[in-house]
Amino acid sequence: MIDMTQSQIWTVILLLGLGTFLVRFSFIGLLGNRDLPPYLLKLLKYVPVAVMPGLVAPMVVWPQATGGEPDLARLLAALAALVLGAAMRSLLWAFFGGLITLYAMLAILG
Amino acid sequence: MTDPSPSNLFKKPAFVQGMLAGLPFILIIVPFGLLFGVVASEAGLSDLEAMAMTTLVIAGAAQFTAIQLMVENAPVAVVILTALAVNMRMAMYSASMVPHVGAAKFSTRMLIGYFLVDQTYGLAIKRYQEEPPIGLPEKLQYFFGSVLVICPFWYVFSYLGTQVGEAIPESYALDFAVPITFIALVAPSLRSLPHLAAAVSSVVFALLFAGFPFSSGLMLAACISMVIGAQVETWLERRA
Repeated sequence: MIDMTQSQIWTVILLLGLGTFLVRFSFIGLLGNRDLPPYLLKLLKYVPVAVMPGLVAPMVVWPQATGGEPDLARLLAALAALVLGAAMRSLLWAFFGGLITLYAMLAILG
Repeated sequence: MTDPSPSNLFKKPAFVQGMLAGLPFILIIVPFGLLFGVVASEAGLSDLEAMAMTTLVIAGAAQFTAIQLMVENAPVAVVILTALAVNMRMAMYSASMVPHVGAAKFSTRMLIGYFLVDQTYGLAIKRYQEEPPIGLPEKLQYFFGSVLVICPFWYVFSYLGTQVGEAIPESYALDFAVPITFIALVAPSLRSLPHLAAAVSSVVFALLFAGFPFSSGLMLAACISMVIGAQVETWLERRA
């Protein structure tokens, strides 16, 4: 149970909300319509592919649900999503392929 | 958007495409939202506090982090800074949106900032980088179409979670349904060598730097990987 005063709880909620907004708004807000140097534009193209795989990798290799132990069902599900998404160039194939593999493997492997 | 009235928006193909693209994510948002509501109320937050957090922050991972630290009696500043660190990647999302929506009105950009969650960002940037290119109005319509499908479900199911007060069964493996959405967002782009190089680098460095404090390992891995992607692209251009 949380053992904080009302004002402490609301401080967390409001500042976390404001801070998160400022993080998200930062560059779209400050830079706006300014022309960016070509090399920066080139770098920015790679943001999704530079952030999201790194975000996911520890969750795949050391899943929290298994106490950080690598888990075959989760590894196979990630692999299925990755391979199907790349091979079919399709978000939907990756998404449903990954989920179906996950639940099928969890059912089979227990 | 010259005419932003809702009735007109539904006649815009890009808006409808954004909505359709967002639909699969409902499958993930629903249980994840429920789980947040359950965890928040079990931790002792009132309904109002839980809903204030879920609507003001709209960032699942940061919200769970905040609740966990609050339960562990961490000082207020530590709770806020640690949860914010979890969200720092979104500054990079923001930067990568600039070339696409930077020309939008200030108020529109504020709304984009508020709604720039992993899923809406991932879908939008994927579309913006695909062929055929689309103009600013269509880019905005696509983004807000996906927002309309994704964000209300987060609010509503967070609320229902505070009311049901029962944990989601372990067999749902929710911890892993979320990573699959991230893989699905980037896997289709991995057919290009620079993208593939950046993704591999991101995985390798994120794992190497996993012990770094305040998510700084991920940020560092991401910065290195952007440079690798751009350098491989430059190298391919020179060779061609």
